[in-house]
Amino acid sequence: MSRIGVFVCHCGENIGATVDCARVAEISSALPGVVHSVDYKYMCSDPGQNLIKDAVKDKHLTGVVVAACSPRMHEPTFRRACAEAGLNPFLCEMANVREHCSWVHEKGEPTTQKAADLVRVLVEKVKRNRPLRPIQVPVTKTALVLGGGIAGIQASLDIANAGQKVILVEKDPSIGGHMAQLSETFPTLDCSQCILTPRMVEVAQHPNITLLSYSELESLDGFIGNFKARIRKKARKVDEKLCTGCAVCTQKCPQKKIPSKFNADLGMRTAIFVPFPQAVPNKPVIDVENCRYFKTGKCAICQKLCPAKAIRYEQEDEIIEVDVGAVVAATGFDVVNTDFFPEYGYGKYPDVINGLQFERLASASGPTLGEIRRPSDNKIPETVVFLACAGSRDHAKGIDYCSKICCMYTAKHAMLYRHKVHSGKAYVFYMDIRAGGKMYEEFVRRAIEEDGARYVRGRVSRIYERDGKLIVKGADTLLGGEPVEIQADLVVLATAAVASPGAEELAQKLHISYDSYKFFSEAHPKLRPVETNTAGIFLAGACQAPKDIPESVAQASGAASKVCGLFSQDQLSREPLIAAVNRTAPPQFSTCTGCFLCESVCPYRAIEREEIKARDGKVLKTVARVNPGLCQGCGTCVAVCRVKAIDLDGFSNNQLYAEVRALA
Amino acid sequence: MRVAYFPGCSLQGSAREFDESLRAVAARIGLELVEIPDWNCCGASSGHAVDHLLSLALPGRILALAERTGLEDLLVPCSACYNRLVTTRQDLIDDRKVKAEVCELIEMDLKLSVRVRNIIEVLKEVMEAGNFQGIQTPFTHKVACYYGCLLVRPHKVVKFDRAEEPQTMDEMMQAIGAEPIDWAFKVECCGAGMTLARTELVAKLCARILDDAEGREAEAVITACPMCHANLDMRRGDIEKAAGRKFDIPVMYITQAIGLALGIDPGRLGLDRHMVPVVFKSMQQQPGVSESPA
Repeated sequence: MSRIGVFVCHCGENIGATVDCARVAEISSALPGVVHSVDYKYMCSDPGQNLIKDAVKDKHLTGVVVAACSPRMHEPTFRRACAEAGLNPFLCEMANVREHCSWVHEKGEPTTQKAADLVRVLVEKVKRNRPLRPIQVPVTKTALVLGGGIAGIQASLDIANAGQKVILVEKDPSIGGHMAQLSETFPTLDCSQCILTPRMVEVAQHPNITLLSYSELESLDGFIGNFKARIRKKARKVDEKLCTGCAVCTQKCPQKKIPSKFNADLGMRTAIFVPFPQAVPNKPVIDVENCRYFKTGKCAICQKLCPAKAIRYEQEDEIIEVDVGAVVAATGFDVVNTDFFPEYGYGKYPDVINGLQFERLASASGPTLGEIRRPSDNKIPETVVFLACAGSRDHAKGIDYCSKICCMYTAKHAMLYRHKVHSGKAYVFYMDIRAGGKMYEEFVRRAIEEDGARYVRGRVSRIYERDGKLIVKGADTLLGGEPVEIQADLVVLATAAVASPGAEELAQKLHISYDSYKFFSEAHPKLRPVETNTAGIFLAGACQAPKDIPESVAQASGAASKVCGLFSQDQLSREPLIAAVNRTAPPQFSTCTGCFLCESVCPYRAIEREEIKARDGKVLKTVARVNPGLCQGCGTCVAVCRVKAIDLDGFSNNQLYAEVRALA
Repeated sequence: MRVAYFPGCSLQGSAREFDESLRAVAARIGLELVEIPDWNCCGASSGHAVDHLLSLALPGRILALAERTGLEDLLVPCSACYNRLVTTRQDLIDDRKVKAEVCELIEMDLKLSVRVRNIIEVLKEVMEAGNFQGIQTPFTHKVACYYGCLLVRPHKVVKFDRAEEPQTMDEMMQAIGAEPIDWAFKVECCGAGMTLARTELVAKLCARILDDAEGREAEAVITACPMCHANLDMRRGDIEKAAGRKFDIPVMYITQAIGLALGIDPGRLGLDRHMVPVVFKSMQQQPGVSESPA
């Protein structure tokens, strides 16, 4: 015989002002099986919880229904309270009379009646609940970090320094990411490579970090603490163990005119190449598409000259399978370019470049060795126009958000240009200057006041070429909206930061959610900024939203500490709300007929085939079995099972039908 | 292709040659124009400045009349009419209340099923369907394709070509043998309806357009808008005064250029109706008017 307790919470005025909570308690007390029914102002408070604990003990309750907020908020609280009083926590249920009732309806009798209905439904359910025990799963104490930019590097180092193993996967031949491409960094103007390369070397030397460069994630299966990752190690066509990094191959390669991605297409590289001198690992890669040997079968100069005999033309991609307990996605961002700005002539005029290209022009390791020379004729530009918000905050371009980093790097660009070309004129067109951050506003003021960058508040409508000059047409909206026309030698567009190519595909591989701009979604925008909605997968850096270096590093350290927290336990408890296939007496063994429709719909690949054998080993029947480690309790298999052989613990057919019947 | 046709007021007056050349070309490329009966003015540049509901009701009536033809597409050659019709259609789709008011005013029902199409959109479709054969005298001139401000804007309603750097007219000119120049004033404003109130402003804006076109050695400006044509052609005297120099470059409708390529008689294309004689630098003669001086 059920002995159910009902506890109605006022949630201050949240519920109490709309629902007559005392009436709900009174109505509920008359329900069959209910032996105790009270209301209280804050059920989640200590005295509120004590009401539940005392009732469980004194009235020997077999089930508890708390009518309060969403179970997402306080289910753990009330279940813990029940457990402390000696009741199995899965015999406690919540009726959501706040989000589902008081917040969405007006005060009145029907609202109170609906709250009472919701309680009645849950009372009928909880009568059919059975005690469940949490599932214990082991934790693989190795983290998989995807992306070797500053965020991935920081996360890897933090996890590794805490004594845990890390596998760092980078799709490019070297780690370093966009930060390695930058010349100097705001707001201190310290050299980007000088602060980054020590971290890169540390990654390479760290005993706890396995670096898989030139590799990409193929697939990820499993769940928190127990993921299985398949990683494609792309063929470098070079034996990494034998290669000494002597660079004979890259110097002698005859294919020298391939645009260098590292130099944002402003410089050239060879077909066998190391992206930049400080690359980690400092081992070359053969770009098969542009290699003469792969195109014609002739050449093989690198193979002939390699003193270590490390060139391997026949090398194939390799698939590596690893077990990991947590994943940090740190796959970064990209900037838009090419056809996105027909009105600005990007892609048409060689001297209209983007911010990343300017970084390479200003960098000592760049194609001009740090001299500001324009791409078309290698001349030093006398007038440079910088355009902030090229694409960002522009509804018409489909990018409504602020890219966040452009105001600062544009100020830095104007400053660097003025430092290098003293007689040059630097103009900056802007909408607003967004310089929130430590020493940021001061930095922008310095660009304007000390370095003479001329800031024009207004948008540029068009850029076109005339008599060798780029005519920049815009408006100065501070001085009466006067049209402005500037004859420039070089134009730098601070193009919008967007999700990196392949972000959507990766999110689907990881089963994590992403927003309409393909940036990965955090679990909560304020309170859970480094976690995803998929347990065990964390976010770091600009893959979540545009971010500058300090923010990326901070988030990476946050993600690393979450991983370390997870790894501090040997076992994890999982909610036992999973599916199970029934078992009956022989000769039926199970009502499962072995159609395996469930297998084809299970998104988690949790359905296994189990052979039921006689003593002599003869297979009598093949039935489905749910792997409790993989099952996430989504219930899809239950819905498709034609013979009702599968049921979901905690949400059984019996329980759900009882809920529906209670409403009839 | 059979389309409903709304010429609009300009095409009966200052832009008669646009109507003439369009009809002449249409007959040659299998484009059947069904002029909608009893059409009215779309409200043009003044309607929406006077009364919001009126500015929707006038085009609304045209749309309703077009629906009665039973055809799927309504061709509107004038850019200003096109803009009024295409934005009205969208406004009425977006706001059922206003739509009901308009229907009551015009005493007609509106399904908003007819698609409003501009001239280059329709010509492109005809061209892509392969009905653009019979180029007899390729139009081998450097041309500046001038779209003006209304033909491809607002992009979210028009959903055709690129708002800032459209290509359709350029592609069509290439198809008839012309060489479209890469220039900066494709979608700049000519001053449009300011032509009466602020002629000097229009002259200044037009001078810039012609200056860039001539500076890049275009032999003709190709347009699809009666307003643009009127400003660039009829206001040539004011433009020259504003610029302090002479401009020889003629301004033609896209249908006239296509008509010449198809070998249609220049008289039927209304080429003699322009203020600035249609004489090409490379030929120094009027097309089709052989030997005799312009």
